[in-house]
Amino acid sequence: MQRQLSVKHLLGIKNLTAEDIELIFETAEEFKDVINRPIKKVPSLRDITIANVFFENSTRTKLSFELAEKRLSADVINFSSSGSSVKKGETLLDTVNNILAMKVDMVVMRHSSPGAPHFLSRHIEANIVNAGDGTHEHPTQALLDTFSIREKLGDIAGKKVVIVGDILHSRVALSNIFALQKMGAEVMVCGPITLLPKYISSLGVKVELDVRKALAWCDVANVLRIQLERQQIKYFPSLREYSLYYGINKKMLDGLDKEITVLHPGPINRGVELSSDVADSDQAIILDQVENGVAIRMAVLYLLASVSS
Amino acid sequence: MQRRLLLGQPQLAITIGRLCQELIENHDNFENSVILGLQPRGIFFAERIEARLREFIGKEIQIGHLDATFHRDDFRRRELPKRANETKIDFLIEDKRVILIDDVFYTGRSVRAALDAMTTFGRPEKVELLVLVERKYSRHVPIKPDYVGHHVNTIDTQKVLVEWEEQGLDDDNIWLINKED
Repeated sequence: MQRQLSVKHLLGIKNLTAEDIELIFETAEEFKDVINRPIKKVPSLRDITIANVFFENSTRTKLSFELAEKRLSADVINFSSSGSSVKKGETLLDTVNNILAMKVDMVVMRHSSPGAPHFLSRHIEANIVNAGDGTHEHPTQALLDTFSIREKLGDIAGKKVVIVGDILHSRVALSNIFALQKMGAEVMVCGPITLLPKYISSLGVKVELDVRKALAWCDVANVLRIQLERQQIKYFPSLREYSLYYGINKKMLDGLDKEITVLHPGPINRGVELSSDVADSDQAIILDQVENGVAIRMAVLYLLASVSS
Repeated sequence: MQRRLLLGQPQLAITIGRLCQELIENHDNFENSVILGLQPRGIFFAERIEARLREFIGKEIQIGHLDATFHRDDFRRRELPKRANETKIDFLIEDKRVILIDDVFYTGRSVRAALDAMTTFGRPEKVELLVLVERKYSRHVPIKPDYVGHHVNTIDTQKVLVEWEEQGLDDDNIWLINKED
């Protein structure tokens, strides 16, 4: 029975084994129990300081990590690049080394450049948790998505999951593909051809351009946001047209011969990728994902902290 | 591996019976008493105690499972972290008389962590500790059990191994093992 992660840093799902993911899930189940008690805090990380270093905007991921850290009794410092010395020309390594000189044990980092946490992991001693690196990976989001699917459907193995939307710019998509495949699910991606990366089928996923066919195939749909902030050129004529072809509404779901589960990593653009009647329906487990996010992040921090000893 | 049997099936049944009689002396009809078994193996012993008490007094006593993994003081100090187990307490322990049950009492640190973990479920009126085996002269903290099934003198290189049928074994057995062998 595995008791420790095989990695010192959580840089991406690609580096994890299925046993690692299983260990994170089992630990997260216990933490989910903890955060639903009258006293939601445990003293496990009371001698650990964690720096949340965010070089890119984030609301829920940052809140979720900070809450997870506080529930574990860690000391927390927050850094965001806006208004910091990064604007004055400091390098990533210098910034982080300055933070580490203040005796920080773990770094949770979000960065707009793919590979930034991997680069950092080669140069510093502290444990690193990737909270999203550009269009590359967002491992804790994939873990909480997969955990939420398992919670709802009982198992991941053999389930059919479609990821709908902007796959090209999505770190959530890539991490989800790795996590779902490692846990034995079948994965399909669906979106406009311009938003599907060329190499995507080499990852062993099915590709579908018609969202109706994709929904008819799947047990679970993970619907992504159109990341306009990452799109330097136009990939489709208009949001209205995207919504007409790829937006998912209740009528489409009701027309299926089964009830599928809908996930969304947030923030939702209501009326674009998901209509409100879907987002607020019982089929959507969007708020469960948010709750599970805290438990998953607690599990990741707890397990990584124990690796460093 | 050199091992000595401390308690086998027949002695264990007698010991559990005696511990239950001691509990009955102090808890009357158990109206305000609850049992908490400490994960991982204390839960099997707690369930045995509860089952035997039920035979004696003819009614069920509330029983829960408590896991203290996240409250341990040796996190990051052990070679391998302890794996967390399920905490299952479907009742409030506020103002209850709690009988905390574990299989082996050694340094007292697990019980200290359990007392800490328990406070997240309320403030009990009183907490008592019942253990199957107490290893003497090995305490790290000032905690002492109220009910003891079996005392044993041990040294650090020895280990008490408790085997329960519930773990898929043929028999209940409590062994004293020399770890160096």
